Amino acid sequence: MAKGKLTIDSEKCKGCELCVNFCPKKTLELGKETNTKGYFPVTVVNDECIACGTCAIMCPDSIITVEKE
Amino acid sequence: MAVVYKKSIALTDAPLTYCPGCTHGIIHKLVAENLVELGVYDKAIGVGPVGCSALCDFFFACDMYIAGHGRAPAVATGIKRTHPDKFVFTYQGDGDLASIGTAEIVHAAHRGEKISTIFVNNAIYGMTGGQMAPTTLVGQKATTAPYGRSEEHCGKPIRIAEMIATIEGAKFVERVSVNNPANVRKAKKAIRRAFELQLEGKGFGLVEVLSTCPTNWGYSAVNALKWLEENLIPYYPLGNYKDY
Repeated sequence: MAKGKLTIDSEKCKGCELCVNFCPKKTLELGKETNTKGYFPVTVVNDECIACGTCAIMCPDSIITVEKE
Repeated sequence: MAVVYKKSIALTDAPLTYCPGCTHGIIHKLVAENLVELGVYDKAIGVGPVGCSALCDFFFACDMYIAGHGRAPAVATGIKRTHPDKFVFTYQGDGDLASIGTAEIVHAAHRGEKISTIFVNNAIYGMTGGQMAPTTLVGQKATTAPYGRSEEHCGKPIRIAEMIATIEGAKFVERVSVNNPANVRKAKKAIRRAFELQLEGKGFGLVEVLSTCPTNWGYSAVNALKWLEENLIPYYPLGNYKDY
């Protein structure tokens, strides 16, 4: 069960994958559908988030909000 | 639910105009978070450069001014001297600070102006299309050095943090990087220390942040961080060079 809840502002995501690269639980991956700018925004793919906040710290566009149970 | 991480209130909702994976965004966050945590967000005036971050006035929610190319420390000097109660910082890239603005930064440090400078070093001119900067590594390719920078022709890259640290008026000089979460946290602490020094009225502080330029380096965002770690950090050693 996920300890953390990620809220992602998909419209502002540029799909740079820095969050994907640094997530210790491999919770994030790029989605299959584009946003209006044509990028593939990041999505949550499993429920192993531990709310460490690493993805949010490394996100250059500050689009990830992390909450902990 | 407790919030672990949320976008800083010192950043606006405007989408950043930087390329995907450009670490300018991370450095913006660190500056913004420190402004809020130190309680100076309301009285902060930032001075932006010319370069990719010339649009940073759209992204920082505090008062901002965009100076002529390289002249941010001169403009910040004027702002700080007329408004000593304000918190003044400059945000400059390497084409701005290390090239055309070398005189301004050296003399702002020399006069011991009570301002803080964030110097973003990505070893290339980003906005204008990847030309060679004074900080470009020997052998690194740029549009104006298609065979790589030649030491014989252009000399070796300039190390700004070490140079500024030799100046008496500079009270805090540190070089940090944002290539992994641990270094991002260290970078935040360094920026905080430079800001605190200004608030204590002690003098000039400079934080050099090694950054990436995935587009002009020609790497993906993740590989650009690896390239930074393997090439930039050995030439530009991280660490504190001066702390008053």
